[in-house]
Amino acid sequence: MNRIDLTRTALMAVGGLGIMMLGGCEPGPKQTTQNGYRGAGLDQIVDVRHMIKTAAIPDAPYPLPPDGGPKAGETYQNVKVLSGLSTERFNHLMAEISQWIAPPEQGCAYCHNPENMASDEKYTKVVARRMLQMTQAINSTWSPHVQKVGVTCYTCHRGNGVPAYKWALPTGAPHPGSILGNRHDQNELSPDAAYSDLPTTGFADYLYGSNNIRVYGTTALPKYDGTGASVQTAEKTYGLMMHMSKALGVNCTFCHNTQAFGVWNLSRPQRATAWYGIRMVRDINNTYISSLKSVFPDNHDRKGPLGDPYKVNCMTCHQGQNKPLGGVSMLAQAPALWGPIPAFVKPGAASAAATPVAPASPVPLAMNATAAQPAMK
Amino acid sequence: MARYQNMFTQVQVRGPLEAGPPLRDASFTRTGTGFYNYWMGKFGNAQIGPVYLGTLGMASLMFAFLSFEIIGLNMWASVNWNPIQFVRQLPWLALEPPGPEYGFSMFVPLDKGGWWLIAGFCMTTSLLLWFLRTYRRARSLGMGTHVAWAFAAGIFLILTLGFIRPMLMGSWAEAVPFGIFPHLDWTAAFSIRYGNLFYNPFHCLSIAFLYGSTLLFAMHGATILAVGRYGGEREIEQITDRGTASERAALFWRWTMGFNATMESIHRWAWWFAVLTPLTGGIGILLTGTVVDNWYLWAVMHHYAPGYPGTGVIDPATLPGAPK
Repeated sequence: MNRIDLTRTALMAVGGLGIMMLGGCEPGPKQTTQNGYRGAGLDQIVDVRHMIKTAAIPDAPYPLPPDGGPKAGETYQNVKVLSGLSTERFNHLMAEISQWIAPPEQGCAYCHNPENMASDEKYTKVVARRMLQMTQAINSTWSPHVQKVGVTCYTCHRGNGVPAYKWALPTGAPHPGSILGNRHDQNELSPDAAYSDLPTTGFADYLYGSNNIRVYGTTALPKYDGTGASVQTAEKTYGLMMHMSKALGVNCTFCHNTQAFGVWNLSRPQRATAWYGIRMVRDINNTYISSLKSVFPDNHDRKGPLGDPYKVNCMTCHQGQNKPLGGVSMLAQAPALWGPIPAFVKPGAASAAATPVAPASPVPLAMNATAAQPAMK
Repeated sequence: MARYQNMFTQVQVRGPLEAGPPLRDASFTRTGTGFYNYWMGKFGNAQIGPVYLGTLGMASLMFAFLSFEIIGLNMWASVNWNPIQFVRQLPWLALEPPGPEYGFSMFVPLDKGGWWLIAGFCMTTSLLLWFLRTYRRARSLGMGTHVAWAFAAGIFLILTLGFIRPMLMGSWAEAVPFGIFPHLDWTAAFSIRYGNLFYNPFHCLSIAFLYGSTLLFAMHGATILAVGRYGGEREIEQITDRGTASERAALFWRWTMGFNATMESIHRWAWWFAVLTPLTGGIGILLTGTVVDNWYLWAVMHHYAPGYPGTGVIDPATLPGAPK
């Protein structure tokens, strides 16, 4: 009897442990897609019940008015980026920005002094102006990444003053020269590396700094010239790839053929899209966000522990979907964001105001030829 | 009436504790006289001990303890000595080797990988001392030294990963970190950096020997258990007799696959498969980065990588006017 009890207890313990270990599984239907040549494992497996659903996209505050009448630069004071836009469209875009970004209880006053709408006294207005330039630049020069869908303020902000997903430069060792609390920016439970323990320095190295990811050997035999990447450098790129995978809700084979991770001719076209994306994010972080460092107030809503403004990564827009907002374009309701708009020039003062020059195209001309055009309705 | 059967017998033999033959070439006497443990008897011999530690064993355990402590305390310090976080995050925690900026220097600040060097030295010393101990104990019992050399094969792989290859590459940054997930990440990053280790022929051999080892282990274990009812675990004494467990086991394999290993050769098969697993694996690691930089491209060069249709995707960096 005693032995039977013991056996029963042991069996229950083993069975219980087995069931507990199943807790790591994700039961439920899976959706499998083959994306490459058979046998190469280029599959996407989606846990249908847990996949990120597209968030509800807000309707325009009111229907887009026709583009005509006096320009914003004529009607309002101190309009620098959108002066060539019609006043009707300008007001519409302002209402959208308020809806997409500003806390509802503040509305226009989030950026503007209600007594003097033209004043730049609120830093948020200065930031918003730079962000408008950024959005126009993304849509007009980074079409290899954002394609014909483009981005609006809402793609990142989703109703928040500061986008929910952001990052700042790492602080490094808390006690320099000591192992105390020193994780070497890796080996921690961090969502930045999708809870792997890979390094999280990839944001600073590749999405802010201009380090190249190419750690993969390019020749069969070593070159012995000291240019080969170390395994530790490979781990840094791997950490960034884990972030991309998590941010897009896809696995490695969404872009890569694991037979040869670095070989372009075996990769999917999505890898080239991501390549432009990395450079786009780098451009956003350097050209636009870092230029606002002195504008942002010194508080931890806006700046990281080292005092650098919060920056963007793949998650900022993608938020778990391989196409942000499920691939729905919002640009039809905000056509002014398609690209820089020639400034309003007062009749007779043509030589005084220069037309803003579009930034030098960072993408190959061949790719730019396919750049999307606004879907005017 | 209870009778002695085999390892699954519920009855355990009890009698005077077995002390073993008198020690030769020993620096100590054996520790204690041993004792019986019912539960250990479920797995093997119910008699535990007496243990012979000796000089080498003591020294080996001391160095093993040092490396274990250095690794563990580094991990614990990295979570600010928080015991809960230490347990919770243990699989993530690591002791990392020095970065590429230190090359193969022996003098690295402790927090920048110096502790890794010390822990690695202590671990290596401990393993080598334990190897000598298994060698000397085997000699002392008048045995062959097969166990020691099998252990040496494993040490060769460890040393290749942590010392020989980093030395040839001139950088500690090539070495494996200590840690549960970190060493697995190293493995994955290593394969990606050097163009897919699956195309490394010595990796292939190592896998073949590893899987072969499990197959042989299963075949041999199953065979001996299957003839346990005829006393099959007493292999050698039956080897020449008809109708014994030994002959039945041999007949079984000749009937099912036409060939049978002998009671002696099956153990040589097993020993070589086990030993060749880390030996071939270590050679594969040793060649990576030193004489081959990209195993996939090397396989293409030697016409054994399967060719899949190209996707037509062009490296964007090679297009005119590409962003940096």
